[in-house]
Amino acid sequence: MIKIQNLHKAFGKNTVLNGIDLHIKKGGRITAVLGPNGSGKTTLIKCILGMVIPNTGNIQIQGKTIAGQWQYRKAIDYLPQIAQFPENLTVRELITMIKDIRQAPAQDDKLIQLFGLENYLDERLINLSGGTKQKVNLTLAFMYDSPLVILDEPTSGLDPVAMVRLRALIREEKQAGKTIMITTHIMSFVEEIADDIVFLLDGKIYFQGPIQALQEQQQETNLERAIASILDQKTSSLSTHALTS
Amino acid sequence: MKKILKYTLFDLLRSRWNYIYFGFYLIFTTSLLMLSGDVSTVIISLMNVILILCPLIATIFGVMYAYNSREFTVLLLAQPIRRSAIFWGQYFGLALSLSLCLLLGIGLPFLYYGLSSSGAAWEFLTLLGNGLLLTFIFSGLAFLIALRNDNKIRGFGLAILTWLFFAVVYDGIVLLLLLFFRDYPLENAALGLSILNPIDLSRILILLKLDISALMGYTGAVFQKFFGTLWGTIVTLLSLGLWVLIPVLSIRMIAKRKDF
Repeated sequence: MIKIQNLHKAFGKNTVLNGIDLHIKKGGRITAVLGPNGSGKTTLIKCILGMVIPNTGNIQIQGKTIAGQWQYRKAIDYLPQIAQFPENLTVRELITMIKDIRQAPAQDDKLIQLFGLENYLDERLINLSGGTKQKVNLTLAFMYDSPLVILDEPTSGLDPVAMVRLRALIREEKQAGKTIMITTHIMSFVEEIADDIVFLLDGKIYFQGPIQALQEQQQETNLERAIASILDQKTSSLSTHALTS
Repeated sequence: MKKILKYTLFDLLRSRWNYIYFGFYLIFTTSLLMLSGDVSTVIISLMNVILILCPLIATIFGVMYAYNSREFTVLLLAQPIRRSAIFWGQYFGLALSLSLCLLLGIGLPFLYYGLSSSGAAWEFLTLLGNGLLLTFIFSGLAFLIALRNDNKIRGFGLAILTWLFFAVVYDGIVLLLLLFFRDYPLENAALGLSILNPIDLSRILILLKLDISALMGYTGAVFQKFFGTLWGTIVTLLSLGLWVLIPVLSIRMIAKRKDF
Protein backbone atom coordinates (compact mmCIF):
# COMPACT_ATOMS: atom_id res chain seq x y z
CA MET A 1 0.00 0.00 0.00
CA ILE A 2 2.69 2.47 1.06
CA LYS A 3 6.32 1.99 0.07
CA ILE A 4 8.90 4.57 1.09
CA GLN A 5 12.55 4.34 0.08
CA ASN A 6 15.44 6.40 1.42
CA LEU A 7 13.34 9.47 2.23
CA HIS A 8 15.24 12.60 3.25
CA LYS A 9 13.79 15.97 4.18
CA ALA A 10 15.48 19.00 5.72
CA PHE A 11 14.00 22.41 6.49
CA GLY A 12 17.01 24.67 6.10
CA LYS A 13 19.73 23.19 8.33
CA ASN A 14 17.25 21.18 10.34
CA THR A 15 17.18 17.58 9.07
CA VAL A 16 13.78 16.12 9.92
CA LEU A 17 13.73 12.86 7.95
CA ASN A 18 17.05 11.15 7.52
CA GLY A 19 16.72 8.07 5.32
CA ILE A 20 13.30 6.57 6.00
CA ASP A 21 12.54 3.14 4.53
CA LEU A 22 9.04 1.99 5.26
CA HIS A 23 6.71 -0.60 3.83
CA ILE A 24 3.11 -0.76 5.00
CA LYS A 25 1.17 -3.64 3.51
CA LYS A 26 -2.36 -3.43 2.25
CA GLY A 27 -5.40 -4.02 4.32
CA GLY A 28 -6.92 -4.44 7.75
CA ARG A 29 -4.12 -3.22 9.99
CA ILE A 30 -3.66 -0.08 12.03
CA THR A 31 -0.15 1.40 12.18
CA ALA A 32 0.64 4.00 14.82
CA VAL A 33 3.47 6.39 13.97
CA LEU A 34 5.08 7.34 17.27
CA GLY A 35 8.01 9.41 18.38
CA PRO A 36 8.96 12.36 20.57
CA ASN A 37 8.07 15.91 19.55
CA GLY A 38 10.02 16.95 16.46
CA SER A 39 10.86 13.38 15.46
CA GLY A 40 9.29 13.82 12.02
CA LYS A 41 5.89 12.10 12.39
CA THR A 42 3.84 14.88 10.82
CA THR A 43 6.50 15.54 8.16
CA LEU A 44 6.41 11.86 7.17
CA ILE A 45 2.61 11.95 6.86
CA LYS A 46 2.75 15.22 4.93
CA CYS A 47 5.30 13.70 2.53
CA ILE A 48 2.88 10.84 1.84
CA LEU A 49 0.11 13.38 1.19
CA GLY A 50 2.32 15.50 -1.06
CA MET A 51 2.14 18.59 1.20
CA VAL A 52 5.84 18.45 1.97
CA ILE A 53 8.15 17.81 -0.94
CA PRO A 54 11.04 15.48 -0.02
CA ASN A 55 14.67 16.37 -0.85
CA THR A 56 15.41 12.84 -2.01
CA GLY A 57 13.72 9.47 -1.89
CA ASN A 58 10.75 7.78 -3.40
CA ILE A 59 7.19 7.26 -2.18
CA GLN A 60 4.82 4.81 -3.81
CA ILE A 61 1.11 4.52 -3.01
CA GLN A 62 -0.69 1.50 -4.48
CA GLY A 63 2.39 0.81 -6.59
CA LYS A 64 2.61 4.28 -8.18
CA THR A 65 5.19 6.97 -7.51
CA ILE A 66 3.45 10.05 -6.13
CA ALA A 67 5.94 12.83 -7.03
CA GLY A 68 4.11 15.61 -8.89
CA GLN A 69 0.83 13.64 -8.89
CA TRP A 70 -2.51 14.49 -7.28
CA GLN A 71 -4.97 11.84 -8.45
CA TYR A 72 -3.56 9.29 -5.99
CA ARG A 73 -5.11 11.30 -3.14
CA LYS A 74 -8.51 9.91 -4.20
CA ALA A 75 -7.39 6.77 -2.37
CA ILE A 76 -6.62 8.66 0.88
CA ASP A 77 -8.80 9.98 3.71
CA TYR A 78 -6.86 12.45 5.86
CA LEU A 79 -7.57 14.04 9.22
CA PRO A 80 -5.32 17.06 9.81
CA GLN A 81 -4.01 17.94 13.27
CA ILE A 82 -5.53 21.43 13.48
CA ALA A 83 -9.14 21.88 12.42
CA GLN A 84 -9.41 25.32 10.84
CA PHE A 85 -12.00 26.11 8.21
CA PRO A 86 -13.22 29.17 6.28
CA GLU A 87 -14.90 31.19 9.02
CA ASN A 88 -18.03 32.29 7.22
CA LEU A 89 -19.07 29.01 5.62
CA THR A 90 -21.64 26.83 7.38
CA VAL A 91 -20.95 23.20 8.29
CA ARG A 92 -23.33 22.08 5.53
CA GLU A 93 -21.55 24.21 2.91
CA LEU A 94 -18.15 22.89 3.95
CA ILE A 95 -19.29 19.28 3.64
CA THR A 96 -20.91 20.06 0.26
CA MET A 97 -17.67 21.67 -0.88
CA ILE A 98 -15.53 18.63 -0.07
CA LYS A 99 -18.14 16.39 -1.75
CA ASP A 100 -18.07 18.75 -4.72
CA ILE A 101 -14.27 18.43 -4.95
CA ARG A 102 -14.07 14.66 -4.54
CA GLN A 103 -17.11 13.67 -6.60
CA ALA A 104 -17.43 10.26 -4.95
CA PRO A 105 -20.22 8.60 -2.94
CA ALA A 106 -20.08 9.85 0.68
CA GLN A 107 -21.65 8.64 3.92
CA ASP A 108 -21.85 12.09 5.52
CA ASP A 109 -25.39 11.66 6.92
CA LYS A 110 -24.35 8.65 8.99
CA LEU A 111 -21.36 10.52 10.46
CA ILE A 112 -23.35 13.71 11.15
CA GLN A 113 -25.74 11.56 13.17
CA LEU A 114 -22.91 9.65 14.87
CA PHE A 115 -21.20 12.81 16.12
CA GLY A 116 -24.47 14.65 16.85
CA LEU A 117 -23.85 17.46 14.35
CA GLU A 118 -27.46 17.75 13.10
CA ASN A 119 -28.09 20.96 15.03
CA TYR A 120 -24.88 22.60 13.86
CA LEU A 121 -25.33 22.13 10.11
CA ASP A 122 -26.42 25.71 9.47
CA GLU A 123 -24.01 27.28 11.97
CA ARG A 124 -21.06 29.22 10.65
CA LEU A 125 -17.77 27.49 11.41
CA ILE A 126 -16.46 30.56 13.28
CA ASN A 127 -19.16 30.02 15.93
CA LEU A 128 -18.24 26.37 16.69
CA SER A 129 -16.24 25.21 19.73
CA GLY A 130 -12.91 23.40 19.27
CA GLY A 131 -14.44 19.98 20.02
CA THR A 132 -17.31 20.49 17.57
CA LYS A 133 -14.85 21.61 14.89
CA GLN A 134 -12.92 18.39 15.49
CA LYS A 135 -16.16 16.42 14.98
CA VAL A 136 -16.67 18.22 11.65
CA ASN A 137 -13.05 17.41 10.85
CA LEU A 138 -13.69 13.71 11.62
CA THR A 139 -16.84 13.71 9.48
CA LEU A 140 -14.88 15.10 6.53
CA ALA A 141 -12.12 12.54 7.05
CA PHE A 142 -14.32 9.46 7.37
CA MET A 143 -17.07 10.16 4.87
CA TYR A 144 -15.33 8.43 1.97
CA ASP A 145 -14.63 4.81 1.37
CA SER A 146 -10.90 5.19 0.62
CA PRO A 147 -8.48 2.29 1.09
CA LEU A 148 -5.94 4.39 3.04
CA VAL A 149 -6.90 6.42 6.13
CA ILE A 150 -4.38 8.81 7.73
CA LEU A 151 -5.27 10.35 11.10
CA ASP A 152 -3.05 13.01 12.66
CA GLU A 153 -3.88 13.32 16.39
CA PRO A 154 -7.53 12.24 15.98
CA THR A 155 -8.37 12.40 19.70
CA SER A 156 -7.54 16.07 20.35
CA GLY A 157 -10.39 18.07 21.87
CA LEU A 158 -12.92 15.22 21.86
CA ASP A 159 -15.32 14.53 24.73
CA PRO A 160 -15.53 10.94 26.13
CA VAL A 161 -18.68 10.08 24.14
CA ALA A 162 -17.08 11.19 20.88
CA MET A 163 -13.90 9.26 21.82
CA VAL A 164 -15.87 6.03 22.24
CA ARG A 165 -17.55 6.62 18.86
CA LEU A 166 -14.22 7.40 17.20
CA ARG A 167 -12.72 4.14 18.47
CA ALA A 168 -15.70 2.21 17.13
CA LEU A 169 -15.41 4.01 13.81
CA ILE A 170 -11.71 3.21 13.47
CA ARG A 171 -12.40 -0.48 14.25
CA GLU A 172 -15.15 -0.50 11.65
CA GLU A 173 -12.77 0.91 9.04
CA LYS A 174 -10.18 -1.71 9.99
CA GLN A 175 -12.70 -4.50 9.60
CA ALA A 176 -13.59 -3.10 6.18
CA GLY A 177 -10.01 -3.95 5.20
CA LYS A 178 -8.58 -0.43 5.13
CA THR A 179 -4.99 0.51 5.85
CA ILE A 180 -4.95 3.00 8.70
CA MET A 181 -2.09 5.23 9.90
CA ILE A 182 -2.42 7.17 13.16
CA THR A 183 -0.19 9.59 15.02
CA THR A 184 -1.00 10.32 18.65
CA HIS A 185 0.67 11.01 21.99
CA ILE A 186 -1.88 8.99 23.97
CA MET A 187 -0.24 5.60 24.48
CA SER A 188 -3.32 3.93 25.98
CA PHE A 189 -5.15 4.77 22.73
CA VAL A 190 -2.33 3.20 20.70
CA GLU A 191 -2.28 0.06 22.87
CA GLU A 192 -6.00 -0.32 22.52
CA ILE A 193 -6.33 0.28 18.82
CA ALA A 194 -3.05 -0.21 16.92
CA ASP A 195 -1.56 -3.45 15.56
CA ASP A 196 1.84 -2.17 14.47
CA ILE A 197 4.14 0.62 15.54
CA VAL A 198 6.57 2.76 13.60
CA PHE A 199 8.79 4.52 16.12
CA LEU A 200 10.67 7.52 14.76
CA LEU A 201 13.73 8.95 16.44
CA ASP A 202 15.96 11.67 15.02
CA GLY A 203 14.41 11.32 11.58
CA LYS A 204 15.02 7.57 11.32
CA ILE A 205 12.88 4.54 11.99
CA TYR A 206 14.06 3.14 15.29
CA PHE A 207 11.54 0.35 15.42
CA GLN A 208 8.91 -1.11 13.14
CA GLY A 209 6.72 -4.04 14.02
CA PRO A 210 3.90 -5.27 16.28
CA ILE A 211 3.42 -3.66 19.73
CA GLN A 212 4.28 -6.94 21.49
CA ALA A 213 7.63 -7.14 19.70
CA LEU A 214 8.58 -3.68 20.95
CA GLN A 215 7.54 -4.58 24.50
CA GLU A 216 9.62 -7.78 24.30
CA GLN A 217 12.60 -5.92 22.84
CA GLN A 218 12.53 -3.38 25.64
CA GLN A 219 11.53 -6.03 28.25
CA GLU A 220 8.54 -3.99 29.39
CA THR A 221 4.91 -5.05 29.76
CA ASN A 222 3.48 -1.65 29.04
CA LEU A 223 3.87 0.36 25.82
CA GLU A 224 4.35 3.71 27.55
CA ARG A 225 7.24 2.28 29.62
CA ALA A 226 8.74 0.59 26.55
CA ILE A 227 8.78 3.94 24.72
CA ALA A 228 10.14 5.73 27.79
CA SER A 229 12.94 3.16 28.10
CA ILE A 230 13.98 3.75 24.46
CA LEU A 231 14.14 7.49 25.12
CA ASP A 232 16.06 6.87 28.39
CA GLN A 233 18.61 4.71 26.55
CA LYS A 234 18.94 7.39 23.91
CA THR A 235 19.51 10.16 26.49
CA SER A 236 22.08 8.09 28.45
CA SER A 237 23.97 7.12 25.26
CA LEU A 238 24.09 10.78 24.29
CA SER A 239 25.48 11.85 27.66
CA THR A 240 28.06 9.00 27.60
CA HIS A 241 29.07 10.11 24.13
CA ALA A 242 29.39 13.70 25.33
CA LEU A 243 31.56 12.61 28.29
CA THR A 244 33.91 10.47 26.19
CA SER A 245 34.38 12.96 23.36
CA MET B 1 -10.18 25.89 -9.64
CA LYS B 2 -13.79 26.98 -10.21
CA LYS B 3 -14.96 25.04 -7.15
CA ILE B 4 -12.39 26.59 -4.83
CA LEU B 5 -13.16 30.02 -6.32
CA LYS B 6 -16.88 29.53 -5.73
CA TYR B 7 -16.52 28.60 -2.06
CA THR B 8 -13.87 31.27 -1.37
CA LEU B 9 -16.29 33.79 -2.82
CA PHE B 10 -19.12 32.39 -0.64
CA ASP B 11 -16.91 32.73 2.40
CA LEU B 12 -15.61 36.22 1.65
CA LEU B 13 -18.90 37.73 0.51
CA ARG B 14 -20.19 37.11 4.03
CA SER B 15 -17.22 38.69 5.74
CA ARG B 16 -18.16 41.92 7.53
CA TRP B 17 -14.96 43.57 6.27
CA ASN B 18 -16.27 43.20 2.75
CA TYR B 19 -19.53 44.87 3.80
CA ILE B 20 -17.58 47.71 5.40
CA TYR B 21 -15.52 48.16 2.21
CA PHE B 22 -18.68 48.11 0.06
CA GLY B 23 -20.47 50.48 2.47
CA PHE B 24 -17.59 52.93 2.40
CA TYR B 25 -17.65 53.22 -1.41
CA LEU B 26 -21.44 53.45 -1.43
CA ILE B 27 -21.62 56.24 1.16
CA PHE B 28 -18.59 58.11 -0.18
CA THR B 29 -19.76 58.07 -3.81
CA THR B 30 -23.34 58.97 -2.88
CA SER B 31 -22.11 61.88 -0.72
CA LEU B 32 -19.85 63.19 -3.50
CA LEU B 33 -22.63 62.96 -6.07
CA MET B 34 -25.08 64.73 -3.75
CA LEU B 35 -22.62 67.46 -2.84
CA SER B 36 -21.29 68.13 -6.33
CA GLY B 37 -23.93 66.92 -8.72
CA ASP B 38 -21.40 66.95 -11.57
CA VAL B 39 -20.42 63.45 -12.64
CA SER B 40 -17.04 64.42 -14.16
CA THR B 41 -15.91 66.23 -10.97
CA VAL B 42 -16.94 63.25 -8.87
CA ILE B 43 -14.95 60.93 -11.13
CA ILE B 44 -11.79 63.02 -10.54
CA SER B 45 -12.37 63.01 -6.77
CA LEU B 46 -12.98 59.27 -6.80
CA MET B 47 -9.84 58.70 -8.87
CA ASN B 48 -7.64 59.91 -6.03
CA VAL B 49 -9.44 57.66 -3.56
CA ILE B 50 -9.40 54.60 -5.81
CA LEU B 51 -5.72 54.94 -6.71
CA ILE B 52 -4.73 54.80 -3.04
CA LEU B 53 -7.51 52.72 -1.48
CA CYS B 54 -7.89 49.87 -3.98
CA PRO B 55 -4.20 48.84 -3.79
CA LEU B 56 -4.14 49.31 0.01
CA ILE B 57 -7.26 47.26 0.75
CA ALA B 58 -6.29 44.58 -1.79
CA THR B 59 -2.84 44.34 -0.17
CA ILE B 60 -4.14 44.11 3.41
CA PHE B 61 -7.04 41.76 2.58
CA GLY B 62 -4.80 39.62 0.39
CA VAL B 63 -2.12 39.07 2.97
CA MET B 64 -4.64 38.57 5.80
CA TYR B 65 -6.72 36.08 3.84
CA ALA B 66 -3.67 34.13 2.68
CA TYR B 67 -2.46 33.73 6.27
CA ASN B 68 -5.90 33.07 7.77
CA SER B 69 -6.69 30.31 5.33
CA ARG B 70 -3.38 28.47 5.85
CA GLU B 71 -4.86 25.52 7.80
CA PHE B 72 -7.78 25.28 5.41
CA THR B 73 -5.31 25.21 2.52
CA VAL B 74 -3.68 22.22 4.23
CA LEU B 75 -7.05 20.46 4.31
CA LEU B 76 -7.54 21.19 0.61
CA LEU B 77 -4.02 20.00 -0.23
CA ALA B 78 -4.98 16.56 1.08
CA GLN B 79 -7.83 16.37 -1.44
CA PRO B 80 -7.41 15.06 -4.99
CA ILE B 81 -6.95 18.48 -6.54
CA ARG B 82 -4.06 20.30 -8.23
CA ARG B 83 -2.03 22.70 -6.11
CA SER B 84 -2.36 25.51 -8.63
CA ALA B 85 -6.17 25.10 -8.59
CA ILE B 86 -6.24 25.70 -4.84
CA PHE B 87 -4.12 28.85 -4.86
CA TRP B 88 -5.56 30.33 -8.03
CA GLY B 89 -9.07 29.59 -6.77
CA GLN B 90 -8.36 31.39 -3.50
CA TYR B 91 -6.65 34.31 -5.24
CA PHE B 92 -9.37 34.86 -7.83
CA GLY B 93 -12.06 34.42 -5.14
CA LEU B 94 -10.46 37.17 -3.07
CA ALA B 95 -9.86 39.53 -6.01
CA LEU B 96 -13.41 38.99 -7.30
CA SER B 97 -15.03 39.63 -3.93
CA LEU B 98 -13.13 42.93 -3.58
CA SER B 99 -13.95 43.81 -7.19
CA LEU B 100 -17.65 43.25 -6.54
CA CYS B 101 -17.53 45.66 -3.58
CA LEU B 102 -15.92 48.29 -5.79
CA LEU B 103 -18.21 47.66 -8.72
CA LEU B 104 -21.43 47.83 -6.71
CA GLY B 105 -20.27 50.45 -4.17
CA ILE B 106 -19.41 52.94 -6.91
CA GLY B 107 -21.62 51.68 -9.72
CA LEU B 108 -24.99 51.78 -7.94
CA PRO B 109 -24.89 55.49 -6.94
CA PHE B 110 -23.69 56.49 -10.42
CA LEU B 111 -26.47 54.52 -12.10
CA TYR B 112 -28.99 56.07 -9.73
CA TYR B 113 -27.76 59.59 -10.49
CA GLY B 114 -28.10 59.05 -14.22
CA LEU B 115 -24.64 58.14 -15.48
CA SER B 116 -25.91 57.16 -18.92
CA SER B 117 -27.32 60.62 -19.61
CA SER B 118 -24.26 62.47 -18.31
CA GLY B 119 -22.00 61.67 -21.26
CA ALA B 120 -19.20 60.62 -18.91
CA ALA B 121 -19.88 56.89 -19.14
CA TRP B 122 -16.57 56.13 -20.88
CA GLU B 123 -14.57 58.06 -18.24
CA PHE B 124 -16.48 56.27 -15.51
CA LEU B 125 -15.70 52.87 -17.05
CA THR B 126 -12.02 53.80 -17.30
CA LEU B 127 -12.02 54.67 -13.61
CA LEU B 128 -13.76 51.44 -12.68
CA GLY B 129 -11.57 49.34 -14.99
CA ASN B 130 -8.43 50.76 -13.44
CA GLY B 131 -9.79 50.16 -9.94
CA LEU B 132 -10.46 46.53 -10.82
CA LEU B 133 -7.03 46.06 -12.38
CA LEU B 134 -5.33 47.56 -9.32
CA THR B 135 -7.36 45.22 -7.08
CA PHE B 136 -6.20 42.17 -9.07
CA ILE B 137 -2.58 43.37 -9.21
CA PHE B 138 -2.19 44.18 -5.53
CA SER B 139 -4.10 41.18 -4.14
CA GLY B 140 -1.84 39.03 -6.35
CA LEU B 141 1.28 40.69 -4.98
CA ALA B 142 -0.03 40.29 -1.42
CA PHE B 143 -0.80 36.58 -1.99
CA LEU B 144 2.68 36.10 -3.38
CA ILE B 145 4.31 37.80 -0.39
CA ALA B 146 2.27 35.68 2.05
CA LEU B 147 3.25 32.50 0.17
CA ARG B 148 6.93 33.38 0.24
CA ASN B 149 7.01 34.38 3.92
CA ASP B 150 5.87 31.98 6.62
CA ASN B 151 6.45 34.65 9.26
CA LYS B 152 3.17 36.58 9.38
CA ILE B 153 4.60 39.81 10.80
CA ARG B 154 7.33 39.91 8.18
CA GLY B 155 4.85 39.12 5.41
CA PHE B 156 2.42 41.78 6.59
CA GLY B 157 5.23 44.34 6.86
CA LEU B 158 6.54 43.53 3.39
CA ALA B 159 3.06 43.79 1.88
CA ILE B 160 2.47 47.23 3.41
CA LEU B 161 5.94 48.33 2.27
CA THR B 162 5.16 47.18 -1.27
CA TRP B 163 2.00 49.28 -1.28
CA LEU B 164 3.85 52.25 0.23
CA PHE B 165 6.58 51.93 -2.39
CA PHE B 166 4.21 52.02 -5.37
CA ALA B 167 1.75 54.54 -3.89
CA VAL B 168 4.17 57.05 -2.38
CA VAL B 169 7.91 56.30 -2.45
CA TYR B 170 8.11 55.56 -6.20
CA ASP B 171 6.75 59.00 -7.09
CA GLY B 172 9.26 60.59 -4.70
CA ILE B 173 12.14 58.76 -6.38
CA VAL B 174 10.87 59.74 -9.85
CA LEU B 175 10.57 63.38 -8.77
CA LEU B 176 14.10 63.36 -7.37
CA LEU B 177 15.43 61.80 -10.60
CA LEU B 178 13.63 64.40 -12.70
CA LEU B 179 15.02 67.17 -10.51
CA PHE B 180 18.54 65.76 -10.61
CA PHE B 181 18.59 65.35 -14.40
CA ARG B 182 16.46 68.40 -15.16
CA ASP B 183 18.98 69.68 -17.74
CA TYR B 184 18.25 66.72 -20.00
CA PRO B 185 15.10 65.92 -22.01
CA LEU B 186 13.27 63.59 -19.65
CA GLU B 187 9.85 63.10 -21.18
CA ASN B 188 10.57 59.63 -22.54
CA ALA B 189 12.30 58.57 -19.32
CA ALA B 190 9.28 59.80 -17.32
CA LEU B 191 7.05 57.83 -19.67
CA GLY B 192 9.12 54.70 -19.15
CA LEU B 193 9.16 55.10 -15.38
CA SER B 194 5.37 55.56 -15.28
CA ILE B 195 4.83 52.29 -17.12
CA LEU B 196 6.79 50.43 -14.45
CA ASN B 197 4.39 51.49 -11.68
CA PRO B 198 0.77 50.23 -12.01
CA ILE B 199 -0.62 53.02 -9.81
CA ASP B 200 1.07 55.72 -11.90
CA LEU B 201 -0.06 54.05 -15.08
CA SER B 202 -3.67 53.99 -13.88
CA ARG B 203 -3.49 57.61 -12.78
CA ILE B 204 -2.21 58.76 -16.20
CA LEU B 205 -4.80 56.72 -18.06
CA ILE B 206 -7.65 58.22 -16.07
CA LEU B 207 -6.28 61.77 -16.34
CA LEU B 208 -5.92 61.45 -20.10
CA LYS B 209 -9.43 60.08 -20.47
CA LEU B 210 -10.72 63.04 -18.47
CA ASP B 211 -9.04 65.34 -20.96
CA ILE B 212 -7.28 67.38 -18.33
CA SER B 213 -3.80 66.46 -19.57
CA ALA B 214 -3.39 70.09 -20.62
CA LEU B 215 -2.90 70.83 -16.92
CA MET B 216 0.24 68.73 -17.05
CA GLY B 217 2.00 71.08 -19.48
CA TYR B 218 4.50 69.81 -22.03
CA THR B 219 4.88 66.43 -20.31
CA GLY B 220 1.12 66.05 -20.50
CA ALA B 221 1.30 66.66 -24.23
CA VAL B 222 4.00 64.00 -24.61
CA PHE B 223 1.94 61.59 -22.53
CA GLN B 224 -1.18 62.37 -24.57
CA LYS B 225 0.81 61.82 -27.75
CA PHE B 226 2.04 58.45 -26.55
CA PHE B 227 -0.93 57.04 -24.67
CA GLY B 228 -3.40 58.47 -27.21
CA THR B 229 -2.01 56.33 -30.03
CA LEU B 230 -2.83 52.70 -30.72
CA TRP B 231 0.75 51.73 -29.91
CA GLY B 232 0.52 53.58 -26.59
CA THR B 233 -2.73 51.87 -25.70
CA ILE B 234 -1.23 48.47 -26.54
CA VAL B 235 1.86 49.14 -24.41
CA THR B 236 -0.29 50.34 -21.49
CA LEU B 237 -2.65 47.38 -21.60
CA LEU B 238 0.29 45.02 -22.03
CA SER B 239 2.03 46.55 -19.05
CA LEU B 240 -1.06 46.33 -16.80
CA GLY B 241 -1.71 42.83 -18.10
CA LEU B 242 1.83 41.81 -17.20
CA TRP B 243 1.35 43.30 -13.74
CA VAL B 244 -1.59 40.92 -13.24
CA LEU B 245 0.01 37.97 -15.00
CA ILE B 246 3.42 37.97 -13.29
CA PRO B 247 2.07 37.56 -9.71
CA VAL B 248 -0.49 34.97 -10.90
CA LEU B 249 2.18 32.86 -12.60
CA SER B 250 4.57 33.32 -9.68
CA ILE B 251 1.87 32.10 -7.27
CA ARG B 252 1.73 28.89 -9.30
CA MET B 253 5.51 28.50 -9.37
CA ILE B 254 5.94 29.01 -5.63
CA ALA B 255 2.90 26.93 -4.70
CA LYS B 256 4.31 24.03 -6.71
CA ARG B 257 7.41 23.59 -4.57
CA LYS B 258 6.30 24.96 -1.20
CA ASP B 259 6.10 22.78 1.91
CA PHE B 260 2.99 23.01 4.08
